[in-house]
Amino acid sequence: MRVALFVTCLNDALFPATGVATVKLLERLGVSVDFPAAQTCCGQPHFNTGYRGAAEKLVQHTARAFAGYDHVVTPSGSCAAMVREQYPRWGETSLASRTHELTEFLVDVLKVTDVGAYFPYTVTYHPSCHGLRTLRLGSRPHRLLQAVKGLELRELPGAEECCGFGGTFAVKNAAVSTAMGQDKIRSALATRAEVLCAADNSCLMHLDGLIRRQDEPLRPLHIAEILGSTEEDPYRPEEPIS
Amino acid sequence: MSAAFLGMPPFPRAAEEAVHNTTLRANLRHATHTIRAKRAKAVAELSDWEQLREAGRQIKDHTLRHLDRYLIQLEAAVTEAGGTVHWAADATEANRIVADLVKATGETEVVKVKSMATQEIGLNEALAAEGITAYETDLAELIVQLGDDRPSHILVPAIHRNRAEIRSLFADEMGKWGRAAPHGLTDSPADLAEAARLHLREKFLRARVGISGANFMVAETGTLVVVESEGNGRMCLTLPRTLISVVGIEKTVPTWRDLEVFLQTLPRSSTAERMNPYTSLWTGTTDDDGPRDFHLILLDNGRTDVLADEVGRQALRCIRCSACLNVCPVYERAGGHAYGSVYPGPIGAILTPQLRGTGSAIDASLPYASTLCGACYEVCPVAIDIPDVLLHLRGRIAEQGGPGHRVERAALAASGWVLRHPTVLAATEKLAAATRGMHPRRPPGSGAWTTSRELPDVPTQSFRDWWQENRR
Ligand code: SF4
Repeated sequence: MRVALFVTCLNDALFPATGVATVKLLERLGVSVDFPAAQTCCGQPHFNTGYRGAAEKLVQHTARAFAGYDHVVTPSGSCAAMVREQYPRWGETSLASRTHELTEFLVDVLKVTDVGAYFPYTVTYHPSCHGLRTLRLGSRPHRLLQAVKGLELRELPGAEECCGFGGTFAVKNAAVSTAMGQDKIRSALATRAEVLCAADNSCLMHLDGLIRRQDEPLRPLHIAEILGSTEEDPYRPEEPIS
Repeated sequence: MSAAFLGMPPFPRAAEEAVHNTTLRANLRHATHTIRAKRAKAVAELSDWEQLREAGRQIKDHTLRHLDRYLIQLEAAVTEAGGTVHWAADATEANRIVADLVKATGETEVVKVKSMATQEIGLNEALAAEGITAYETDLAELIVQLGDDRPSHILVPAIHRNRAEIRSLFADEMGKWGRAAPHGLTDSPADLAEAARLHLREKFLRARVGISGANFMVAETGTLVVVESEGNGRMCLTLPRTLISVVGIEKTVPTWRDLEVFLQTLPRSSTAERMNPYTSLWTGTTDDDGPRDFHLILLDNGRTDVLADEVGRQALRCIRCSACLNVCPVYERAGGHAYGSVYPGPIGAILTPQLRGTGSAIDASLPYASTLCGACYEVCPVAIDIPDVLLHLRGRIAEQGGPGHRVERAALAASGWVLRHPTVLAATEKLAAATRGMHPRRPPGSGAWTTSRELPDVPTQSFRDWWQENRR
């Protein structure tokens, strides 16, 4: 089984710890993953803003970068949704059918829910719109989190509501985006959880920006970093990646 | 569409004002969350909801594909039943026809059933210019009319008002339009409803001309249908001598039987009722029963242009239930006025720029008034893929390349080039990491982001470099 990691451009440049955690997690589960260096961006920002020509070139570039792999795994619900839902517009059905969001890959392909993780914190999970409505991840992330040793999962009120990121929406409609994000943070704070978890660093980047500006006691964290954390090699927020 | 909305600021600016209006936000949040929960419950009661939704989608799609044929069938059936059919290409023509018909009766007052089509064409204003006063009889429309306001919701046009605001409107304004509100009016719902009832009754009994829209038009029988909750509609449809109905051509369904589907999905989606309290159906005229004179004005006003767009045409399936407004997180914060059209919320964001074109700043901003979260598509009883149409319209606008889009297009094209050259991307990332200590906290161009949010820190190493060092 040839498995490729699609780390995504956002994770590559700004959230490498998510990529590292994904690699360690998959290796721990016996998967040898490859990182095709030609990969860059799935084209979602271009497509969602209306620039179809620019998007199309990136679609073809991405399809070429991942040719020959049985499975492509990505720790990003929205990029997985782009590949799965939109790539077939340009005839790229093969990559669409081989691409999995991380929690999907774990539960559906590897058929595990207990990944042997250890994370002794209270956590609340934001399902994010692409995971919820496009990929229909359902209870997969919850099942994975519930099996983590030491972790206490708290239900997020209004979980299905959008956090207000929406790609360029966050900038084009900054006031509404901010109001939505602040409501999401308020709901998360009401759970008194220490960690706000999601399967998408794009939503988390927006929420983290608000949390830091407002100085709230809440840590946004990608689910890969929670599932990657073990008793021997626990999640250490302040340490540089190694 | 109505001239009242010309010169509206683009959505982001209008929405920003609304976001900072705390009363408005609280009113909207309360109203949308309440109806949202109720709708979900009412829909969950039907085990065949998904089949009904699919049936509704298919009936509408089929009708739209053969609309020319069904409209001609409809015209024949209405004429056969004693009605008169008029065709209006745009708002001006429709308003002209209505004004002439009212003038021919010699009346200067008309009562109105709440109707989106007449709002779309700005009928009340057009009639006023001809010396004809149009009285809105739907409670929420009455509130909007008394307040010299604009509707902000399809179903609940006064959703942005709370009870205290309504009480003072009634007390101050009703007397100028007819019967004044009783002394000592409180803001209890019963009191407010009674004041409206007394005020309106006088109008129903006096009016000799009624104006309505319709939720559906049945081609095979020439029957029009209005569904409503208050009963004012039925009064307007039956009491006057002359009834004039202005209806968008897309409201056609082929057969009587097709109503079976929509009379289940519409009330549950819009008011969370199993069935709407009043369903009025009329077919032409009948001796000694209801209006003597019936006129149907079939309104195009941009609809055939929408029909010509393969992706966008699904917006014409809309049955105006407003479920998409009630679940929309953007509508909830921005309110209906920010959309600058009688069609607000997700459906407005795809319908308005198609009906009016994307030439104005407000129309070009509407397809971007969404995070593409998909909640609207999920609740739509005729399965309009609103996010997909939004993307389609964004494509059209970006290609047109208006003022705001020239810079953006250049930026996205440049990023596209970098992103197709991984070695350039790697170098860019390396440079960003190496210079991370020197980055300003608020780099130029990040304004809209950093007003309320911090930017993410640039890490010491990209993933790409980590992989190179640790796994190759
Ligand atoms: S688009 Fe769908 S959900 Fe929205 S008002 Fe129309 S029918 Fe209802």
